[in-house]
Amino acid sequence: MKVKVLSRNPDDYVRETKYDIQRVPRNYDPTLNPFEVPREYTRAMNATKLERVLAKPFLASLDGHRDAVNCMAKHSTSLSTLLSGACDGEVKVWNLTKHNCVRTIQAHEGFVRGMVVRFCGTSFYSIGDDKTIKQWNMEAPGYGVEEEPINTILGKTVFTGLDHHQKNGTFATCGQTVDIWDEQRSTPIRSFSWGVESFSSVRFNPVETELLASCASDRSIVLYDMRESMPLKKVIMTMRSNTLSWNPMEAFYFTCANEDYNLYTYDMRYLEKPVTVHMDHVSAVLDVDYSPTGREFVSASFDKSIRIFPKENRNSREVYHTKRMQHVVCVKWSADNKYVMSGSDEMNIRLWKANAAEKLGVLSHREKLAANYNQKLKEKFQYHPKVKRIARHRHLPKHIFTEAKEHTVMREARRRKYVNNVRKHSKPGAVPMLSEREKHVVAVVK
Amino acid sequence: MGVMGLIYLYNGHIKICTEDVAQTPATSVARFCQISYPIWQHCRQQKDFCDSLAGSGAEFTTTDRLPAHVCTCCWRWSLYGGFNMAKILKKNKVSTKGTKKTLNKNTGTEKTPEKSSSAKRRERKRKTVGKLKGTLKTTKKSPIEKLDLDNVDEDELLNEGEEIIPSEDEGGSDDDRKHQKLLEAISALGGKKKRRLAERSEATIQISEFSVDAKGEGEKINLSDLIQTIAKTPAVSAQTKSHLKKLKLEEKTVDSPLTKPETERIQRNVAFQKSSEEVSRWQSIVKQNLKAEQLVFPLNQEAPGPKPLEQVVCGWKARTPLEQEIFRLLSVNKQPINDPVLTPIEEESLKAMSLEDAKIRRAELQKARALQSYYEAKARRERSIKSKKYHKVQNKAKRKEFVKKFDEMLKSDPVSALEELQKLELGRMKERMSLKHQNSGKWAKSKAIMAKYDDGARKAMQQQLEVNKDLTQKLATTLSDEEGEDDGETSEPDMLPDFVNEVEPGQDPANPWMRGQLSKDPVDLTEPSVPETAAAVLISEDEEEGPEETEEEGLLRGFAERRKQRQEQEAENEAAKNQDMEVMTEENKAGAEKAVASHDAADADIADDDEEEEEELSKFTNLFQELKDSRMEAEASAMVAEVSEPECAQLQQAMFRIKSLEDMDLLDQEEQADPAEPNAEAPQPAPLESKGADKKRKRKRGIDLAEVLTKEATVINVPLAPTAVEGAEGAAHGQEEQRDVIKEAFAGDDVISDFLKDKRREEEAGRPKVVDLTLPGWGEWGGQGLQPSKKKRRRFRLKTAPPPPRKDGGLASVIISEKRDSSVSMHQVGALPHPFLLPEQFEVTMRAPVGATWNTRQAVKKITMPKIVTKVGAIIQPMSRDDLLKHSRKQEEEGTAGEPKKRKAPQRKRSQKRHKKTKN
Repeated sequence: MKVKVLSRNPDDYVRETKYDIQRVPRNYDPTLNPFEVPREYTRAMNATKLERVLAKPFLASLDGHRDAVNCMAKHSTSLSTLLSGACDGEVKVWNLTKHNCVRTIQAHEGFVRGMVVRFCGTSFYSIGDDKTIKQWNMEAPGYGVEEEPINTILGKTVFTGLDHHQKNGTFATCGQTVDIWDEQRSTPIRSFSWGVESFSSVRFNPVETELLASCASDRSIVLYDMRESMPLKKVIMTMRSNTLSWNPMEAFYFTCANEDYNLYTYDMRYLEKPVTVHMDHVSAVLDVDYSPTGREFVSASFDKSIRIFPKENRNSREVYHTKRMQHVVCVKWSADNKYVMSGSDEMNIRLWKANAAEKLGVLSHREKLAANYNQKLKEKFQYHPKVKRIARHRHLPKHIFTEAKEHTVMREARRRKYVNNVRKHSKPGAVPMLSEREKHVVAVVK
Repeated sequence: MGVMGLIYLYNGHIKICTEDVAQTPATSVARFCQISYPIWQHCRQQKDFCDSLAGSGAEFTTTDRLPAHVCTCCWRWSLYGGFNMAKILKKNKVSTKGTKKTLNKNTGTEKTPEKSSSAKRRERKRKTVGKLKGTLKTTKKSPIEKLDLDNVDEDELLNEGEEIIPSEDEGGSDDDRKHQKLLEAISALGGKKKRRLAERSEATIQISEFSVDAKGEGEKINLSDLIQTIAKTPAVSAQTKSHLKKLKLEEKTVDSPLTKPETERIQRNVAFQKSSEEVSRWQSIVKQNLKAEQLVFPLNQEAPGPKPLEQVVCGWKARTPLEQEIFRLLSVNKQPINDPVLTPIEEESLKAMSLEDAKIRRAELQKARALQSYYEAKARRERSIKSKKYHKVQNKAKRKEFVKKFDEMLKSDPVSALEELQKLELGRMKERMSLKHQNSGKWAKSKAIMAKYDDGARKAMQQQLEVNKDLTQKLATTLSDEEGEDDGETSEPDMLPDFVNEVEPGQDPANPWMRGQLSKDPVDLTEPSVPETAAAVLISEDEEEGPEETEEEGLLRGFAERRKQRQEQEAENEAAKNQDMEVMTEENKAGAEKAVASHDAADADIADDDEEEEEELSKFTNLFQELKDSRMEAEASAMVAEVSEPECAQLQQAMFRIKSLEDMDLLDQEEQADPAEPNAEAPQPAPLESKGADKKRKRKRGIDLAEVLTKEATVINVPLAPTAVEGAEGAAHGQEEQRDVIKEAFAGDDVISDFLKDKRREEEAGRPKVVDLTLPGWGEWGGQGLQPSKKKRRRFRLKTAPPPPRKDGGLASVIISEKRDSSVSMHQVGALPHPFLLPEQFEVTMRAPVGATWNTRQAVKKITMPKIVTKVGAIIQPMSRDDLLKHSRKQEEEGTAGEPKKRKAPQRKRSQKRHKKTKN
């Protein structure tokens, strides 16, 4: 017979200094710790509630512009720098940590239409309604020295969009045509046009760096390859897209912000129908920007709100708004995935947290563990109605709330009409039942 | 020549077919095809038909008989019959040319190639042919007559067409023109004819808008045109001629260039395909990132801290000229650059051997390696076995072997046996030199801390010292030393005197666990007697022993005495009662005479290996004794005799005398230990009668529950019983008290009847109710005191079907409610959420707790690991081509390895990185 003797080693439970945490021997026997599901459910509920309590996304408002903010640009190497262009042709450089304006340039006459920072971060480009492309030094000139661009290119037509190549000294503009420029030349090295259109925005693919996409006024999105002489393909939708943004981690996905209040994520290889339709806005979507992790994107809308969508979800996970924020024209997601910047009509730039309830600053180890545990609990119990209700609830401004309701009614009415009136009274099979994804694409032109 | 044709009405159209299509001029057919239009309304009669034909511009003589038949069933004119095509033809030709015709087929295109028709004409011809074909088809379909036209091919028709029309080409162009003019002049004479002429002549083709002879304007230059001249020249070789002939045969035309939009579309398509393929290369990496358990952004971060040397070195290659030079030198001198399996010299020697030798050697090497690895594995396995018993058995086996050997040696050659002994002696010396059992190790130190409070620890330390003493004793060295050598630490427990395991019997006689050892291995008990006696001897001999030793001795003595006393008592009891004879006698024997092992062998419960063990032990001890005896027969024999007496004296003395303060303390301890007995007994509610018997069983061999429960209780009066009874009584009393308290607390509550009432109410509520819909006074007399009739009542009382039987029907103390509880359903998930396919999956995920209350720290860390980790203040760059390269390289490696390894996320998880590091 074997006798197991209890053994107690003081090393196991005596702490070395009084500052140590008391060691607690644990017994994980489930009979000693019963009711694990109900207990965790309660914890999940509390975590969800706490998240809502702690959700305070608004960090700062940067004011200083004298006209509506029309465009913004992230600095490619500095997280604390933000550039913004206003409708009066003024460009401002901001320090985000100090919440102040570092530099002001009267860059253009009329709107500043677009801005982009060169990949090295030493200079930036701006375009305006005065048909010029200007390159500026990122460093401010010395005291008393006048602000002057490094280069100025006078174009034939107005430029409406601008983007820079990820690694080369090439950039692209759009206006009546989509032009590819070499930094060293004053004429475009290539210009694309496909029918007569005017383009509203052009974006380089950050991963496959030779690819571009642009939104045209004929409701189409056109794909280009910088190395080819022809555009690649275009998809025509029911309404015009304002801007688009490529996923920085998944080379073939891009999301466009459409006038029909929706955003569409496309796989560039299969333009026949979008991968996902993101619908929550109640007015035209004006801008979209992907998070650097490629998992989410933020959209700015004419309905005076910003929304954050997970890339594969139909509905947004977050909506940001303030009483004073007017139509949001431009929005950016910071390169460290922590903040969102929005520029709006009422001349302000706002700084938001990307995760509303996240605690900023250094977390202790135990705080981190607790946060992880809470996150996991919320994830685990997210389907439970009580938890879901709390997690989903957002306060909305009245106009958004009512309009959203109205839109659901309208959508339902349209659906009913389609099903009951159109479909029922036509020859069977003549009118197909279209999914939401199929509804918005008119044609794909090869 | 008359060509017989067929004209018929098909589906309201006049269709014409000729028997011999080859000889039918295409143009004329074309003309007739033109008149194939719905005329069935008009041509009610043959004449009408002919008139309509004439009216349509066709030269058609009414003299030809065209028998017509009326198809009565479908109200259509279905007329068919023969006509003389020659006449029609003639008329045609006269009208167009009026010149001689070549209807001969033999006059091929080759004859008049340069005069072949224009492109326009060709087109028309094609049309004509098409139409004709169509006609033929319809003819075939028509049930009237089957014309064998299958063998007629298009080319023939074409040729025919060409042949007929260019009648004007025959003569020179001038001639032709004159002729044309003449014709026109003639035709101008009759108004009707003129019109027809204009219609038929194809002047626009010949005369261009610039009034230039545009003959052959749209013509293609055929290869044959060019070849003709070559054929005549003798300079051209036959080979080229044959080539040209071949070329001539295959008439292929180059397609006209595509239009601009078309070319652009194609270009775009190609470009798109290319770029979409390019983009698709990212597919796998994207998928992988989606699946990754954790992604740490920015991706591809180098882990902080120094890298392991191997990782740095393995990727290193000689790049600079200096490095390359060094490497070259090394390779020249056959120095290993990487860690090779065999050095170059070894390799050479291998080569030097003959093939067979090498094979044999290799096989040997292999075998040796295999054996080595096998033994290593075995040793590792054995080492990792934790079972003490296993090791004990192993050791025993070893010892047994040794003993056997030694026995043999003693018999065969005592010299070597002596040597062995000397070896043992050496071992003893070593032990004396070392600090192994001198309370100086880590374990001993830890025990020393506790020694102040813990008796066990103190005792253990003492035991260790004792072992040391044993090992270093000159008297009893030999075998114990050898044991120490054999298996250092593991053998320690074997060395310990057995009373260590048997906790003081006086402390808790009721506890079977404590007493189990006593009678378990009675043979074991023989062993401690030796050191005990030895110790006693020592004590008696030299007085330099520490105070602890004496204390220990005292304790031992006390225990032994008490044991003896109890056994005596038991024996008395047994004698008095004479119940359960066997058990008692066994017990007695076991207790009183420790050396008796016979009864244990008889006991069925004892396992065989135990027996063996015992036998070995006894052998061992015997040997031990022998050796001892042989060694110190002379001196010790007398002394042992002396020693036995004082020992007895001491034992007796301990009963009565308290010599010192320490002894007083001891007594106190005993007294403290004694009161513990009833307490230990109290919580056991089992009947007392069985207890006594049980105790004895347990004392022998642990607990056998089955025995305890099934065996009949035997009543034995045990001296300890009264105290136990007292304890039990106390417990019973306590329980009663408790019950009283509870009763008092819930005095007003009649829980059971309440419950029953509740249940009844539930049942009532579940029962269907009878609905009475009778209206008094309706259809009958009404008023006070008047009841509706039975019949009516029966009719209007509605009974619903009985509900299914209640689930708690058979269960007296349970109420099972089958209603949906809204207070609970509020917290339940309504539908199966998206990623789950089965409710079971979802339930499983819900059931598994994630918190630290239920999981170990590491597990919690792993479970709650966030999917995406970003670093504050770190810029996350978009994915770059380098990532793709790395990824593809990794995949290739995996592919070459040929193992379907679980793909690791490239970036990826920190833990994985670390894992890799350790691997390297």
